Amino acid sequence: MNQKRFSIALAGNPNSGKTTIFNNMTGTRQKVGNWPGVTVEKKEGNIKKFGYDLKIIDLPGTYSLTPFTIEEIIARDFVLEERPDVVIDIIDASNLERSLYLATQFREIDCKVLFALNMADVARSRGLKIDDKKLSELLDLPVVFTVGNKNQGIDTLLEKAIELAESSYEIPKKRRVKYSKDIENSISSLKSFLENWTEGSIPYNPRWTAIKLLEDDKIVKKRVLNEAGKNSREILQQAQIHRDFLMDRFDDDPEIVMTDERYGFIAGIIKEVLTTSAKQRIDISRNIDLVLTNRFVGFPIFLFFIWAMFQLTFSLGAYPMEWIDIGVNFVSKSLVHVLPNNLFKDFLLNGVIAGVGSVVIFLPNILILFFCISIFEDTGYMSRAAFLMDKIMHLIGLHGKSFIPMLMGFGCNVPAIMASRTLESEKDRTLTILITPFMSCSAKLPVYIVLAGAFFGARAGSVIFGIYMVGIILSIVTGRLFRSTLLRGADAPFVMELPPYRAPMIKSLLIHMWDRSKIFLKKMGGIILIGSVVVWILSAFPQNISYSLDYNSKISETKASYNAEIETAHESGKKLLAKQRDDAVSELIKAKKTEKAEKSFMGSIGKVLAPVFAPIGIDWRGSIALLTGFVAKEIVVSTMGVLYAADGTEDSAALKNALLSSGMTPLGALAMMVFVLLYMPCLATVAAIRRETGSFKWMIFSVVYSTSLAWIVAFCIYQGGTILAV
Amino acid sequence: MLLSDIKENQTARIVHVGGNGALRRRILEMGIIKGSEIYVEKYAPLKDPVELIVKGYHVSLRVGEAAQITVDNVK
Repeated sequence: MNQKRFSIALAGNPNSGKTTIFNNMTGTRQKVGNWPGVTVEKKEGNIKKFGYDLKIIDLPGTYSLTPFTIEEIIARDFVLEERPDVVIDIIDASNLERSLYLATQFREIDCKVLFALNMADVARSRGLKIDDKKLSELLDLPVVFTVGNKNQGIDTLLEKAIELAESSYEIPKKRRVKYSKDIENSISSLKSFLENWTEGSIPYNPRWTAIKLLEDDKIVKKRVLNEAGKNSREILQQAQIHRDFLMDRFDDDPEIVMTDERYGFIAGIIKEVLTTSAKQRIDISRNIDLVLTNRFVGFPIFLFFIWAMFQLTFSLGAYPMEWIDIGVNFVSKSLVHVLPNNLFKDFLLNGVIAGVGSVVIFLPNILILFFCISIFEDTGYMSRAAFLMDKIMHLIGLHGKSFIPMLMGFGCNVPAIMASRTLESEKDRTLTILITPFMSCSAKLPVYIVLAGAFFGARAGSVIFGIYMVGIILSIVTGRLFRSTLLRGADAPFVMELPPYRAPMIKSLLIHMWDRSKIFLKKMGGIILIGSVVVWILSAFPQNISYSLDYNSKISETKASYNAEIETAHESGKKLLAKQRDDAVSELIKAKKTEKAEKSFMGSIGKVLAPVFAPIGIDWRGSIALLTGFVAKEIVVSTMGVLYAADGTEDSAALKNALLSSGMTPLGALAMMVFVLLYMPCLATVAAIRRETGSFKWMIFSVVYSTSLAWIVAFCIYQGGTILAV
Repeated sequence: MLLSDIKENQTARIVHVGGNGALRRRILEMGIIKGSEIYVEKYAPLKDPVELIVKGYHVSLRVGEAAQITVDNVK
C-alpha cells in the first residue's frame, strides 16, 4: 500500500517539554546526527500513524526566530527552506506569555502551524486557565492540550497535524500579528514594492520579507540581494528609507519597536485567553532553590553533586572497565593460541584489538557521565550550576556551564569534551574544548607518579600537585588569550532561563545516554582504529631488522645451557637455577624488544626528533615514549619501561631505578612531566575534538597549539633551571 | 534607577532597556520589556549573576547586563 508521507517539525522554547514529546512520538526509532556543517544535534524519527508515514523532526529549542544563534538560524531555515508539511509549536502552558513570542513569529511565516499547549497539568495546578478555543480563533490555528510526560494528548496532536497537512493551505487573513499604524504603513508600502518587483525572484512571502527587511535581518537581506535581479540593491535602499523614517518616528531601531509591539499584541491575546485564579500555591521549585542556590550552602551542595558525578563516572565506571579489559584480554589471549605466529596475528592483536579495546574501554565512563549530565539537564539543575559558577568562569571569558566539562577533564578528556555540548554558544564551546585538555587527565597520573617518584622522593606529592596547578593556570591564560584574539566577540549574553525543577523521566535519560554512546562508538571508533593501526605499523615495521645480536639463538643457547645445569644440579639448586634461567631469558627478550623499538620506524622517528627534544632535556627514548603516548597516555610508562630496559614493565620501582641510572636529571624529569601535561592530547581526545568542534582546522590547531606550548614551557623550565643551578 | 541597584525581594517596573545590538534585542525578546513588572528573586552567592522573575518565569542576567536596564516604581 502506498502510504502518504508527511513531515512534521517540532519547534518550541527550550524547557517546553519538546524533547519529551518527541521521544513519546518516536520512541526508539530516532536518528541522531548533526545539522549539516554545525555541531547542533539533529534528531528525527519515522513513524507510522493513522495510516500515514510521518517523519518527525525535532528542531533546536529556541526562544525566538531572530537569527542570532545557530539554533535559531537552523530552526528558521528549516521551516523556510525545507517546508515541512506542518510545524507543531510546543508551548509551555504554564509560561504562555513568553512562549507566544516564538509562536507569533511562526504565525508570521507562511507555514501550517499548530500549537501544543504542553504541561497543561502544571498550568492547571498553578491556577492558570487557558481558553483554547479563543486562542485557536484569535490566531486562526488548531490548539491541542498535551501533557508530554504522561503521554496525554499526543495522539490528538498527531491527528490534528495530519488533518492540517491534508487541508488546503490559505494564507490566514484573520488576526495575524498587527503592528502600530506607522509600522503597518511601512510594511504594506514595502510589501507592494516587493509585489511589483519584476526582476529575479523574491525568495519569501512579500509581507514577511517586508517585515524582515524593516528589522534589518542580515540573512533575508542577503537572500534578497542575491536573488532579486541585478537591481536588487534598490529593494534594500527602499527598505532603508522606511527604516530611517521609523527610526526618526520612534527614536529607536525598528526591530526593537517591533519586538515591543509583538509583546503588546501578545498581551492583548493573554488578556482574552488566560484567567488566573487567585489560588496561591506553594512554589516547590522556588523552595528547592532557596537551598540549592543559597548563599552559604549553594556552593558546597554543587561541589558535592560534582564530586558524586565524578565518583560515579570514574569509580563505578572502573568495574565495567575492568570487565571490558578482561574481555579484550581474553579475546587476544585466545587468539594467541589459535592463530599461527605471523604478521597478520601481530596486526590483529596489537593493532586492531588493542585499538578497539582502547576505545570500548571508555564506554562505561561515557554512559555514566551522560546519565548524570542528563539528570542535571532534565531536572533543571544545570542552569543553577551555571548560575552559581558564572562569576568565576566569566573571569576566563567563559560561560558558567563550561565548568562541568573542564572539571571532567581531570578524569578523562574524551567525555569531558563531549560534555561541552551543553554549551549553547559555539564560541564558548570551542574555547572550552581547546582548554579542557590542559586539565590533567587520570591517564597522565601514572607518568607523574613514576617520574616524580624517581626524582623527587618525598616531595613527589607537592610536585605532582604543582603540575596540576600549571595545567589550570595555563588553561586560564589560554582562555583569556583566545577570548581576546581568535574567539573574540561579545561574551554570550547570560540571559538564561531558570526553569522550574522537574522530575526526570527515565526513558528520556536512557535515550539521551544511549544516543551519546552511539555517537561515541561509531564516529570515534573509526578514527581511533585507523590511528592505532598507523601506530602499530610504525612500531612493527621494518620487519627484517638486523639485530646486533642473534637473540633467538642466544635465547635457545641460554635455555639449553641452564637446562643442562639443572639436569645435573642438586634438587635444592634446581629452583634457583630455573629462576636464573628465566631471568636471563627475559633479559634477552627485553633487550630484543628494546632494539626492535629502537630500529622500528617509530624509533627512527624518535631519533630524528631527538634534537627537538634535546633542549628540553628529553633523550631519544623519552621522545619515543612521548610519541607512543599519542595512542593513550598510559602507554608512555610502558614504553619507557621497554626502552629504559627496566626489569618488568609493570614494576614501577624497577623503572624508577632504571630512570635514575639513565642520566635523566630531576630537572629533565620535571620538564618531561610538564611536557606530558601539555602536549597533544591522546588519539581518542583528538577524535573527540574533531567531532565536537566539527572541524579539522580546530583539531589541528589544538594539537599544534598544545604541543608548541608544551615545548615552550618545558624549554623554559629546563633551560631556566639549568641556568639557575649554575 | 538601575535594575542592578534593586535589592533582593523587591519589585520594579521597567522603564527602558539600554545596551545595544544582539544582547539588547535578546533581553527584549525574553519579555524583559518596557512597562513589565520585574521581581528580583536573588543574587548568586558571588553577587553575580542575578535571578529575576518576569512574566511569571525565572531568568538570570549578569549584573552588568542588569545595569543597562532602567527601572522605577520600586516596591
